[in-house]
Amino acid sequence: MDDNKFNYLLRLGDNALVLSQRISELCGKGPALEEDMALTNVSLDLLGQTRLWYSYAGELEGAGRDEDRLAFHRDAHQFRNCLLLEQRNGNYADTMMRQFFFDTWHYFQIGALTKSSDARIAGIAEKSLKEVTYHLRRSGDLVVRLGDGTPESHAKTQAAADALWMYTGEMFNYDAVDQAMVDAGVAPAAAPLRAQWLEHVAAIFAEATLVMPSPDAWMQKGGKQGVHSEHLGYLLAEMQFLQRAYPGAEW
Amino acid sequence: MQTAAVTVEQVWAWLAEVADPEIPVISVVDLGIVRAVEVAEGGACTVTITPTYSGCPAMQVIADAVADALRAHGMADVRLHTQLTPAWTTDWMSESGKAKLRGYGIAPPAQQAIDISGLRAGAGVKRGALPGAGPQPVVACPQCGSTHTELTSQFGSTPCKALYKCLDCREPFDYFKCH
Repeated sequence: MDDNKFNYLLRLGDNALVLSQRISELCGKGPALEEDMALTNVSLDLLGQTRLWYSYAGELEGAGRDEDRLAFHRDAHQFRNCLLLEQRNGNYADTMMRQFFFDTWHYFQIGALTKSSDARIAGIAEKSLKEVTYHLRRSGDLVVRLGDGTPESHAKTQAAADALWMYTGEMFNYDAVDQAMVDAGVAPAAAPLRAQWLEHVAAIFAEATLVMPSPDAWMQKGGKQGVHSEHLGYLLAEMQFLQRAYPGAEW
Repeated sequence: MQTAAVTVEQVWAWLAEVADPEIPVISVVDLGIVRAVEVAEGGACTVTITPTYSGCPAMQVIADAVADALRAHGMADVRLHTQLTPAWTTDWMSESGKAKLRGYGIAPPAQQAIDISGLRAGAGVKRGALPGAGPQPVVACPQCGSTHTELTSQFGSTPCKALYKCLDCREPFDYFKCH
């Protein structure tokens, strides 16, 4: 088995699953009905993408782990998502800023993956790209509305950007797994992806009258290697409870 | 029980009667998710379907409905094949499907879906519009036909729909997004 590809697929799946689970927490609790529906729909898209990544990862591994096994029977240290995605929902500016940072990266990354040397990865990316495009259009719009809104929404949105900024560097901080995938033509290189990300974030921040923190700021890392913040454990405890208590339970 | 002599055309005709579980006025063929039908010599039938959205909860129901319908017509060996590429697009929705949607009160996709290859980062990034994305579509009210309408929410009752309201007849309505 190609360990690097398996790990890379896990990262793709874990990112989508952890954010999907996070925003599903707001189901029935969104700040407005339209936001509630939007968040749950985005969550559903991400969950669907998770299944596609995990199915491929499980097949590649060949150890009989299917998508459910990978989602429900791994502990926090075995998850490979970026730290950004496990951060708590906070206020709505926090929720949407996290979403916007991720969606921007996701959009450019998935776009690049449609040209992956791995046909199956390219196919999943092609399937996901339109969904991801729609997500980014929406979260960018919300960041502009909140940032260029009332003095209070502006202050909260700026605070959200400042607080979450240190988690954005990890998306472009490549290790041996990422680099092996770049070398194999499977994944896009970090530098151009980061440049595209910074350009789009800067454009939206300018329109939102927000100050973009320095790209050279100190950045957190560790999520992709399984070193997580305390928040992931709580998230998994809720998400995995049923399968842990009643393994193999079905509807 | 029929076993032999079922033609591909016959299978398509049967599938044209399998309703979408969430929008029962259109069939899975109208929706464009059935991509291919093959009938082997021994009568084994393979139907290739393409999911609409990655997380669409109706896909499993659709797959089951397709298999059930063909079995009800006497086909013993039905195989479903899910194919991701080329990715499903609303451009594959039939004209009759769009007319049926309108009659049901859902505005059909108002323009061609965005060509993925045309999505590129550009200098003129505007609010609500992604790099390379075109202007917002003109959506006609399915009740009165007015194009004087407004987007209420980018997401509606299902992932494939957005919520609009008509500024003339004042009716809110679902819009089947271009995808």
